[in-house]
Amino acid sequence: MASSVISSSPFVCKSSSSSSKKDLGFSSFTKSSQISIHRCQKKSISRKIVSVMAPQKDRSPGTTGSVKTGMTMTEKILARAAEKSLVVPGDNIWVNVDVLMTHDVCGPGAFGIFKREFGEKAKVWDPEKIVVIPDHYIFTADKRANRNVDIMREHCKEQNIKYFYDITDLGNFKANPDYKGVCHVALAQEGHCRPGEVLLGTDSHTCTAGAFGQFATGIGNTDAGFVLGTGKILLKVPPTMRFILDGEMPSYLQAKDLILQIIGEISVAGATYKTMEFSGTCIESLSMEERMTLCNMVVEAGGKNGVIPPDATTLNYVENRTSVPFEPVYSDGNASFVADYRFDVSKLEPVVAKPHSPDNRALARECKDVKIDRVYIGSCTGGKTEDFMAAAKLFHAAGKKVKVPTFLVPATQKVWMDVYALPVPGSGGKTCAQIFEEAGCDTPASPSCGACLGGPADTYARLNEPQVCVSTTNRNFPGRMGHKEGQIYLASPYTAAASALTGHVTDPREFLQ
Amino acid sequence: MAASLQSVNPTLSRNLSSPNNSSSFVPFRSPFLRFNSTSVAPDFKPLVSFRNASSSFVTRSAAEPQERKTFHGLCYVVGDNIDTDQIIPAEFLTLVPSNPDEYEKLGSHALVGLPAAYKERFVQPGEMKTKYSIIIGGENFGCGSSREHAPVCLGAAGAKAVVAQSYARIFFRNSVATGEIYPLDSEVRVCDECKTGDVATIELREGDSILINHTTGKEYKLKAIGDAGPVIDAGGIFAYARKAGMIPSAAP
Repeated sequence: MASSVISSSPFVCKSSSSSSKKDLGFSSFTKSSQISIHRCQKKSISRKIVSVMAPQKDRSPGTTGSVKTGMTMTEKILARAAEKSLVVPGDNIWVNVDVLMTHDVCGPGAFGIFKREFGEKAKVWDPEKIVVIPDHYIFTADKRANRNVDIMREHCKEQNIKYFYDITDLGNFKANPDYKGVCHVALAQEGHCRPGEVLLGTDSHTCTAGAFGQFATGIGNTDAGFVLGTGKILLKVPPTMRFILDGEMPSYLQAKDLILQIIGEISVAGATYKTMEFSGTCIESLSMEERMTLCNMVVEAGGKNGVIPPDATTLNYVENRTSVPFEPVYSDGNASFVADYRFDVSKLEPVVAKPHSPDNRALARECKDVKIDRVYIGSCTGGKTEDFMAAAKLFHAAGKKVKVPTFLVPATQKVWMDVYALPVPGSGGKTCAQIFEEAGCDTPASPSCGACLGGPADTYARLNEPQVCVSTTNRNFPGRMGHKEGQIYLASPYTAAASALTGHVTDPREFLQ
Repeated sequence: MAASLQSVNPTLSRNLSSPNNSSSFVPFRSPFLRFNSTSVAPDFKPLVSFRNASSSFVTRSAAEPQERKTFHGLCYVVGDNIDTDQIIPAEFLTLVPSNPDEYEKLGSHALVGLPAAYKERFVQPGEMKTKYSIIIGGENFGCGSSREHAPVCLGAAGAKAVVAQSYARIFFRNSVATGEIYPLDSEVRVCDECKTGDVATIELREGDSILINHTTGKEYKLKAIGDAGPVIDAGGIFAYARKAGMIPSAAP
């Protein structure tokens, strides 16, 4: 599908004419122009262009798809998984699943449906391709929550599920050698994310794994029950929106700022039913954890999946964690994209998403008068090792104490150990934990999803009053972290740490540079 | 007794409640459920289930013919971006939808996460069911989590259909897969023209379905269900897969 109509949206630029006005360096954007662009954006969605980009740099050709009809990365992954040589967006295909993940909240329901539909004595399609990761409601006295972990243990025993990251001693997470924590971080750390594969999970943030150049998306219990029995799923091939992020990443900017920027651009439904493909020199400079943060919030734009082309960084991470063979694929030079966005990252500034929507974007510095009550650093989005390193780096540079309760919830056991063991660069050998203690933060808590989604009433750091919280998590709809009138500002770890030090929403440049 | 009635008339499955036994995740124990254990087939396990094709006690769409459908009742009107946390707050996700008691409890909490500005609640405090059959929404209904508890709680509460301007994809997919609630697209912003408490009828027809608001007298065209049609018509993903020969059909 060659490009034809060029829409009048300012976000779309052809690669040849790089007029700086069209590049998305937003420092000069005011709120009113942002609103008018949103309106323009909404109207022009149906007329989105298909643009043909300049040929890709040296990449090995995809293993499927004829050269004449180019396919995007996602199309190639799905085609191969469906054992077809070619697919186009809109095709409904049966796809082989490489990995199915579930956790304590949706696992019981998924297995319940599996047994109901395939029979009490049914066996799963492949006990080595299912990963069961309790992580949502773990450190709680809620009996049903505890029961759900027990239910998963029974299923895993019965089915001989190889990967069950169990927890039995709720009083001391370290006493559980198998327990990991947050599923999306654990999947990566345990080597279950591999380029070119199809990974499904009973959780919307399964799209995180797209950072590894695979197709990864969230599904419900019924679909999961179906996959448990068959190892297949019916999927509609999504069209791909391409986001090219070029330029040098400023020292005060993080991947969280990038994705909040993009979601603010296209809205919470801007990528519905579509793939978000991220590439460009900035992407290539990002670590795996930063790429995971980027892909993690694709679902907040409505996206079906996110993908980043695998490169040396990816292979280095993956090959250190798994010996399962894999084969990456890449978008063809003549693939068709349903939209093209370009960002000059060097011009971007730290942003937040104000209550109550992930697309309610504002510059952090423009929110400096917003008084806050607490800060939360954690979750699959912002609770990884590098997220805590970043926060510690800022606290150390500032040399001050936090002015509001600051809650730290490492995503996994590994992250928790890193927080206590790894030296923070530039701090003279101090660990994150030491720096956090000196800054007056709460002691890092047991690893789990924690208060990102509220949870049972006794969840650590749950928002139980109508307070204002700056959080490194992924959603801020009403009631997300507990109280319906709670006000959640989504932010990067740098911005969260800076805000903790002032008691107001704060641009991290106040303390960095 | 219950099981044999179910095989004679699939519509009875909705009214039958299973005994509350200790294995909380298996609601029905039909004598017709048998598992034919064989060695692994090349593509998928040849699991044979002798249940009838209209699967579970919870799916309503499977029990009725799909060609001509009518929903009638009161409307409950909400705005844009009603996310899954508002539909069913996370603290209730410990309830397992495939467990009959917990399924009912989920229904009682449907839309309890809506802010206080929604003075008229979807389920009255103390009640288990809603008096509203039709939910009218704006853009991006059901955004947020992939939790299937969202369409399940709406169906468990007694709602039959949602008419929204647009849906988030996982919610739409889960609605179709479970058959719990019928997701329909309007062509205009119906949520601006209807009020909670309006009496309405939805008529699903080949090609042009309509929503009739009897209180205002206005009619609205609804978009065809599209690719999801065959899955909904079959009665959900399992029935569809059986029809497509993807998994073995139920034995006669």
